[in-house]
Amino acid sequence: MDEKPLYDGSFSIAGGNFDNAGAVSSNIKTILKKIGLPSDVVRKAALVAYESEINIVSYARKGMIRLRVVSDCIMIEAIDEGQGIPDIELAMQPGWSTANQKIREMGFGAGMGLCNIKSFSDIFHISSEVGKGTHLKMIINTNSNSLQ
Amino acid sequence: MTLHEIKELLEAEVLIGENQLGMEVKTAFVADLMSDVLAFATAGSLLITGLTNPQVVRTANVLDIAAVLMGRGKRPSQETFQLAEELNIPILTTKFILFEIAGRLYANGMRGCIEKVGSK
Repeated sequence: MDEKPLYDGSFSIAGGNFDNAGAVSSNIKTILKKIGLPSDVVRKAALVAYESEINIVSYARKGMIRLRVVSDCIMIEAIDEGQGIPDIELAMQPGWSTANQKIREMGFGAGMGLCNIKSFSDIFHISSEVGKGTHLKMIINTNSNSLQ
Repeated sequence: MTLHEIKELLEAEVLIGENQLGMEVKTAFVADLMSDVLAFATAGSLLITGLTNPQVVRTANVLDIAAVLMGRGKRPSQETFQLAEELNIPILTTKFILFEIAGRLYANGMRGCIEKVGSK
C-alpha cells in the first residue's frame, strides 16, 4: 500500500466519557462523505467505527481510532489501553457481555458490538492482551468503480 | 407515509424537524437496544424507540435514519435534543406505547425495514 491515501488520520477517545460517545464516528462519517464514497459504504464504515468507539468508551482507559482511506478500501483501526479481553472466542459470541448498568442504559452492552463490527467489515482482525488493551483492524472495500 | 401523516396518526408532537414533515418514510424499526438497531435497521427508516439518550441520535446519524419517534411519552434529554438539532434529525414524541405505534403504522401501510433476521 504505497499509494498516497485519500485520508489518513487518528482520533483519540477517552474511556468513560459517555456523553461524547459517538462524536468521533460522526466525524469519520462526515470525512468519508466528503471524499465522495457511496452512502452504503460510508454507513458500514461509520457503523464499524461507532461500535468500536462505544467499546473504547465502555471498557478502556483510553484509546484511538485510526482511519485510512485508499482508492479501493477503508481501513479502520481501534486501539485501546485497557483491561483487554481474556477469551476472544467467547467475546465474539453474540450475547456475551460484561457490560455494566451505565453501558446498558445507553442501549449497548447486549453482546452485539464485536459481532456487528465483524459482520459489517470485509476483513476483521482482533488481538488483545489482558491488562494491556485490545487492537481491532477492519477493512471495508469501497468498490472503486462507484467512486464519484 | 409522510412524517406529517405519522404525526397526525399518532397524535405526536414534533420536537425537531417541523420543516421536514413532508419527508416520505416507508419502513420502520422498533428497538430500545441500539446494537440491534445498528445490526438491522436500514437507511431512510423511521426509528421507533423508548430510549432518550444521545446515543439514539448518534445511531440514527450513523445509519442515515430518516427520523426518530419516541413512544410511551418519552422525551429526549437536553443533550439528545441539542445533538439532533445539530445533526438535523427529526424527533417526534407520542404517548402511544410501542406496540400501538407499530400496529397503527402498519395498518396504514408502513412496513418493517426487514421482516425477520437473516433475510436481509
